[in-house]
Order: sequence, then C-alpha cells, then structure tokens
Amino acid sequence: MAKVIIVKKLHKNFGDLQVLRGISCHIAPREVVVVIGPSGSGKSTFLRCLNQLEPATSGEIIINGVSITDPRADINAIRQDVGMVFQRFNLFPHMTALQNVALAPIKVRKLKKAEAEELAMSLLTRVGLRDKADQYPEKLSGGQQQRVAIARALAMQPKVMLFDEPTSALDPEMVGEVLDVIKNLALEGMTMVVVSHEMGFAREVGDRVMFMDEGLIVEEGSPEQLFGSPQNPRTRAFLSKIL
Amino acid sequence: MQFQFEKVFQYWPMILRGVQVTIQLTVVAVAIGTVIGLVTSLLRLSRFKPASLLARCYVDFIRGTPLMVQILLFYYGLPQLLGIKAFDRYFSGVVTLSINSGAYVSEIFRAGIQSIHHGQMEAARSLGMTYFQAMRYVILPQAFKRCIPPLGNEFIAMLKDSSLVSIISLQELMMTGRIIEGHYYRPFETYIVVALLYLFMTTTISQLVSYLERVFGKGDHSKETA
Repeated sequence: MAKVIIVKKLHKNFGDLQVLRGISCHIAPREVVVVIGPSGSGKSTFLRCLNQLEPATSGEIIINGVSITDPRADINAIRQDVGMVFQRFNLFPHMTALQNVALAPIKVRKLKKAEAEELAMSLLTRVGLRDKADQYPEKLSGGQQQRVAIARALAMQPKVMLFDEPTSALDPEMVGEVLDVIKNLALEGMTMVVVSHEMGFAREVGDRVMFMDEGLIVEEGSPEQLFGSPQNPRTRAFLSKIL
Repeated sequence: MQFQFEKVFQYWPMILRGVQVTIQLTVVAVAIGTVIGLVTSLLRLSRFKPASLLARCYVDFIRGTPLMVQILLFYYGLPQLLGIKAFDRYFSGVVTLSINSGAYVSEIFRAGIQSIHHGQMEAARSLGMTYFQAMRYVILPQAFKRCIPPLGNEFIAMLKDSSLVSIISLQELMMTGRIIEGHYYRPFETYIVVALLYLFMTTTISQLVSYLERVFGKGDHSKETA
C-alpha cells in the first residue's frame, strides 16, 4: 500500500545541537501513530519537520508522493494537505471561532465567504461547538479553543493531521473532550501523527507507538507490545516513570 | 511691564494659516511615514539579508542624525549634489519629515510585529498561507492595535518637530511666529501664543489617541484576561 508519509534519514540541527539524528519511518493511510518520549527527545521537532515549520537539515520527507524537502517543492501547497494542531492552540485572537475556521478556506482555497462559513459551521458542529461560532477565543475554555483549532485545521481538508501535544496545556477535566474529537477522527479514517503522553489514548486509538529519545526512534510497535513488553532499556526506564 | 498681545493678534489670520500648514505637514508626513514605515519594518524583518541591511541603514541614519541636519541636507545639499535648482520649500518639508517619520514608524511596527507570538505565524503558515497572507490577515491586524499608542506619540513628536522646517523659511506656525516677532520685537507675547497653539494641538491629538485606543482596544482580546 502506498505510504502517506515516508521519512528517510531525517536530521535536524539547531546550531551545534543535533536534535534529530537520522529518523526513518513510514506511515500508511488511515494509520494513527503516537509518538512518545522524554522532553528534549526531539518528538515535537520531528512533527514540525513533517510540514516543514522546521526545515530539515538533511534527509528526505515524502508526503503523498511529493518530496517536501526538495527546495523546489511548493511548501504552501503541501501544507494545505497537512493539518497541524498545536499545544498552545494558537487561535487567531482577533477573529471569532467561525472566522478562525473560515479564514484559510477563503484566502488559500479561494472559497466564497458564504461557502467557507457553511463549511466552518459544519466543522464547528462536528467538534460540538456550533453554539460558540461567534465567540472570540478568549471567551472559550482551553478545551473549546483546542476543538476550534482542530476544526480550523480540518477546514483545509487535509490528508494527514499532526498533533503536537494537543492536551498538555489543558486542565485535566478538558482533556477528555479534545481526545474524543481526535478519536472520532481516527474512526473516520484520518491519517494522524500524535505527539502525546496520554497512554490511555495511545492504547485505545494508536495503531503504532514510537518511542523517541535523543533524536532517534529507539523503539516502535503496537501499543500492546510497546507498553506491555518494551525491549529497549531506555523505553523501559521512560515508561516506568510515566505509567 | 506692559503686555502687548494685541500686536500679535493683529496677525491672527496669518497665525491660523500657520497652524493649518503645521497640521497639513504633520498629517501628510505621518501618513506617508506610516507607509514607508510599514514597508521598512517588513524589509527589516525579512530573511533576505540585503533588504534587511538596507532598511537598517536607513533607520539608523535617520534616527542617528538631527532632523534639522536632514532638512538642510535635503533642501540645500541635494540640489547642489544633483546640479539642479532648489526644490520647492513645501515639497522639501513634506519629503524630509516623511522620510524622518518613516524611520521612527518602522521601529514602532517592528516592535508591534515582534510582540505577536510566533505561534500565530506558525498556525497561519501551517494552514498553507503564504508569508504575506499570514502577515496581512493574522499578524498585522493584531500588531496594528498594539501600535496605536506609540503611533499617537509619533504623531505628537512629528507635530512639534515640524517646527524645524522654519529653518528653510517654510511658513508654518513656528516660521509665522518668527516673522511676527521680527516685526514688533515682542518675543514673549509671540512665542507664548505659538507655544499655547502647539499645546492645544498636541493635547487634542492625545485625547483622540486615547479615544482610538478605547475603540480599537476592545478588539485586542489577547491582552484581556478571563
């Protein structure tokens, strides 16, 4: 089966600091991959390389058959197919929830305003926030803001969704509502890469878990394998601290 | 000591004309300066090094030299250099003040743009927007709101600094004062009237700015806390 994402020997340096030291992996259509690892392991950087918010230092990333690390690649076109959800939501504070979701379809996809707003409304309904469409982000709870952010990313009808610790900035009681939205996306067949420490979520939704440490994928496998019988000592040490 | 304000007020229409020229100069200079400032701040922040360097040289030169020197250099120096006859006074005044204002305004915009969290740019880019779309629809609308108070200060500073164009005999409020003083040698009465007129204009502007701040400030949701 054709892979949605192919990563070959990805390296990323910040000055002298080697954050990613040769990552290679494949992600299949409809697959949900959960990336775990200690802070500073490079997992967020890896995710950010997948839509070139961080340009790769070397190596190749191919998404839907297009090399995005090629300097001639049209990065804006590629990003339309790769949705991203951030830890800190990053909603546009000067726009309502509806405007947040409709902006990119209008400006990038060149949809008519009415069409884009209809699309935005249907997405807000899907994340359970139809009644919050006219609210500004500051009036919304963290969980609601993150759901708007997911709707905003979905509005570009991406083929892949990237989640960068989507629940770690949330109060505990709001984690569930955001994870439920992500779970539904998984059920609908969205290909996703999720950096998360929510082990229950990883077990329930993840097809595969990758453990990263010091810029490398140390171990990967099904959630049962990786959480149940980790092989690598570093994986075991990390899991013993968080489980 | 007998004040002779009536001698000054004899020239009231001329004084009002001076006030009008001062306001025109300032409004036009800050308006053009805002456009120059916006472009300069974007160049300054761009990753294209020559553009950023050029913008920086311009800003450093203007901010590092006295406005009076800039005015003289433009009005007297440039025609000599180009071997042409003198520029129009009003033209010279407007151009010099605009170029001067542009440098200060570009620093205001640069600070405003940099004060917007980088996550905003990332979110916009991750949706497939170009750098300029992200600036236009996401960053600048937020930055502009934060720039209103310092832009108001710049407007007030420019209104006062415009008095320096009297050095090339451009007949705005300051130059009008100098002419009147030359007629009667009543410097106190003349310059106190001139000063109060400047004060009236600057306080009016600061009232206007705080009003604008209240109106537009409502939209700056990032600053409010729940």
